[in-house]
Amino acid sequence: MTASFKRLAATLWKPDGRRFPAPLSLLLVGPLVIGLCVAFILPVGRLLAVSVWNPDFTLAEFVHIAESPLYLRILGRTLLLGITVTALTLVLAYPVAFLMTRLSGWRLAVATACVLVPLWTSVLVRSYAWIIILQRNGLLNSVLMGLGLTDAPLPLLYNELSVTIAMTHVLLPYMILPIWAALRTIPRDLPLAAQSLGANAFRVFFLVVLPLSLPGVASGVLMVFILSLGFYVTPALVGGPETLMVATLIGQQTTELLNWPFAGALAALLLGITLLLVTVFNRFLGLDKKAAS
Amino acid sequence: MTSHAHSAPAATAAARRHTLSKQFGDALLKGVCALIFLFLLLPTLVVIPTSFSDTQYLAFPPAHWSLRWYVAYFQDPEWIGATLFSLKVAGLTTVAAMTFGTMGALALVRGRVPLKGAVRAVVLAPMIVPHIVIAVAMYMVYMKWNLLGSLTGFVLAHTVVCLPFVVITVSAGLQKMDPSLEMAAASLGASRLRAFRHVTLPLLGPSFATAAAFAFITSLDEAVISYFLSSSTEKTLTRKMFEDIDFDLSPTIAVVSTLIIVMSVLLMGAIEGLRARAARRVKA
Repeated sequence: MTASFKRLAATLWKPDGRRFPAPLSLLLVGPLVIGLCVAFILPVGRLLAVSVWNPDFTLAEFVHIAESPLYLRILGRTLLLGITVTALTLVLAYPVAFLMTRLSGWRLAVATACVLVPLWTSVLVRSYAWIIILQRNGLLNSVLMGLGLTDAPLPLLYNELSVTIAMTHVLLPYMILPIWAALRTIPRDLPLAAQSLGANAFRVFFLVVLPLSLPGVASGVLMVFILSLGFYVTPALVGGPETLMVATLIGQQTTELLNWPFAGALAALLLGITLLLVTVFNRFLGLDKKAAS
Repeated sequence: MTSHAHSAPAATAAARRHTLSKQFGDALLKGVCALIFLFLLLPTLVVIPTSFSDTQYLAFPPAHWSLRWYVAYFQDPEWIGATLFSLKVAGLTTVAAMTFGTMGALALVRGRVPLKGAVRAVVLAPMIVPHIVIAVAMYMVYMKWNLLGSLTGFVLAHTVVCLPFVVITVSAGLQKMDPSLEMAAASLGASRLRAFRHVTLPLLGPSFATAAAFAFITSLDEAVISYFLSSSTEKTLTRKMFEDIDFDLSPTIAVVSTLIIVMSVLLMGAIEGLRARAARRVKA
């Protein structure tokens, strides 16, 4: 038993070089790849396939989307919301990331906690919290009325405003963290050198710090935009009928209508846009890295 | 460190003006950031007090305090059932993702894997594909396989979503490891298997802890796929929360939210502390 085990171990794990031999590598990576193919690639592939094979090859579902003003409006709204949320998170994230590079000790710990605690809090919890804050008799309306800024409660919930606020909140940490990471890698001597050569604070920022942080900005923008396109929970809970997004539409088509070909076409569209963006950004970032080295 | 106090007399006025504008800029930056931090923390700060409210409807701040919604949560078999089910799914998902993810990371970093780029793409894909697409695709196929609302279905789906985190974290741990440590063990007469068990695996401890905590929290928090895979009888905590937020908004949701926040923060805080200590030890 032990001898045969040792023999088996010897064939799998020859002490040649520093790498595992191919048989052992395959044994280690095999279950992972097979499992992912069955549980992930197969379902996604099937969903994409039903969008064009029904039962013969057809592009009818895509034509259906392209010819429907309603679906085009939903698509446009999803993209526009993605752009708005990305821009808002960028504007809010940059100062925070910049400040965090100057903090240390407990101040940095507190700032990091402010960024990470929301990140670790469920999207459902945060949607619920925004309902408490934005509802008719909610916190924000009480504050606004208390300050005399408005006489009657404003309709803040179940519309585009509440979806934008809640999604900006959910995605803000995804923008702060990569920008912070990029800003941290800038050597402290560089801004100081620019300063000693006579550049004022604005020039130091715009000519030295900002350009060097662009890779972080790019990955933050990519991550936030992609995540925002596929958002399901937040628009469904804090949005209203006029904030129907692509993800919500896909959900409706499946659970309520069991219209798999149409859901598949929408999923293909969403996935296609996502992959295109990832490829474009990767190329851009890759070129950036090459230029830097 | 620059010191404006020692600047030459001729430049004093300019320097003072420079310092003033710098101080103003700093104050402005800090003020703006304080508001953004408030924005980030506001939902958490609102949910926790709401869970101690005494009223049926949602009011903030609560007029009276009580633990009645905590009692309601712990006495409601549906909430407790969903909670226990989610914990079971998260536990099994963590075990599955850690096992297959670690094996895969070892092969990808240390082994000879044909088509390495393709394998890596397959492993990382669940991170890029929008969750709504994964959710609907699995809903369609799992319906045929009779896996909707089943423990197997949830663990399978959540393992797919957690695997990229595990593979990335463990791979990073392996890549950062100093190979001379293993070589030292080998030169002292340890076999490769022994060196691996007594040197490599213990050194990967912090990476394992981080990956496992991430997998557990990701599974517990996962809302979209769980929503589609749940049945009317077997549902995760996130599906139950989704339904209640959508239909009745009772303060019980605040109780569940508070418990989730406390648990996530404790778990992730512990991991963060562990990682910081490991980083210090490496530097020392």
